Amino acid sequence: MELDNIDKLVEKYFEATTTVAEEKAIKAYFANEEVAPHLEKYTPMFAHFANTRKEEYTKPLPIKAKRNKPMWLSIAAAVVLLFGVYFLQPKNESLENEYTQEEIAAAQEAFELLALNFNKGSKQITYLGEFEKNTNKFLK
Amino acid sequence: MKQVEFLTIVMPFKDKLFRLAKRLLVSTEEAEDATQEVLLKLWTKNSAFEKYNNVEAFAMTMTKNFCLDRLKSKQAGNLKLVHSNYTDDSSTSLQKQVEANDSVSWVEKIMEELPEQQKLVLQLRDVEEYDFEEIAEMLDMQPTAIRVALSRARKTVREKLLEKHSYGIG
Repeated sequence: MELDNIDKLVEKYFEATTTVAEEKAIKAYFANEEVAPHLEKYTPMFAHFANTRKEEYTKPLPIKAKRNKPMWLSIAAAVVLLFGVYFLQPKNESLENEYTQEEIAAAQEAFELLALNFNKGSKQITYLGEFEKNTNKFLK
Repeated sequence: MKQVEFLTIVMPFKDKLFRLAKRLLVSTEEAEDATQEVLLKLWTKNSAFEKYNNVEAFAMTMTKNFCLDRLKSKQAGNLKLVHSNYTDDSSTSLQKQVEANDSVSWVEKIMEELPEQQKLVLQLRDVEEYDFEEIAEMLDMQPTAIRVALSRARKTVREKLLEKHSYGIG
């Protein structure tokens, strides 16, 4: 590039009246080996811009797990839950299938005996009331 | 929107987001976190993408706002952003190259000291090469104000650089 031209461009550059294309030309000029001695002082500036342009974001993008995982996870959870409910349901087989008639009869008899004796016991409890009456008499 | 589509939209400018964040926050780790945060926000509201005619500009604005908020909260908490990116990426023994590297990192320091708005404009224009209309959209500024800020920023960098230059000679 002609020296005259680049001088004018640099001047315009500091007034911020250059276009993007003109600035690219300036940067290209300063990236070159042969910079005019009186312009050499500006080289670090453009070298810095060129350097920073090389910086890259190297970390992985944070979006992968965000949406897909909960999607299949919730489906899996729903399936597991349904199976669980299905298999853990109490079996409503009747007693007749599990025990013979005699066994049931025997059990019923046993329960009746128990109930009978229990009722006897509760009749005896009425005597306790007498105790209370008498103790109250003494206390008064 | 699917992940692949999202990635094809985001990939071209993710580095620009990171660089903008780094310019403001200085620390590489902080800038990475900020970029990640912004991308995540974009992803969660990507169904609204159609509403924005320029996703890139929108993402840049988001990054700018996020970083400025971050700086504010750090200042309020009286904490300074620490960074540990002191790289020695060259094994150059030549004196001239050392000097050149030195002045380049000097420019970086000068840029760090600029007011935030000038820093943003300089970054968007001289590093990312956006035109004034795009910068106006990103920063919500008038093009004339951008021109003034840009000119000031460039002149400040020049002045400080020349100061350093003449120290070096003297």
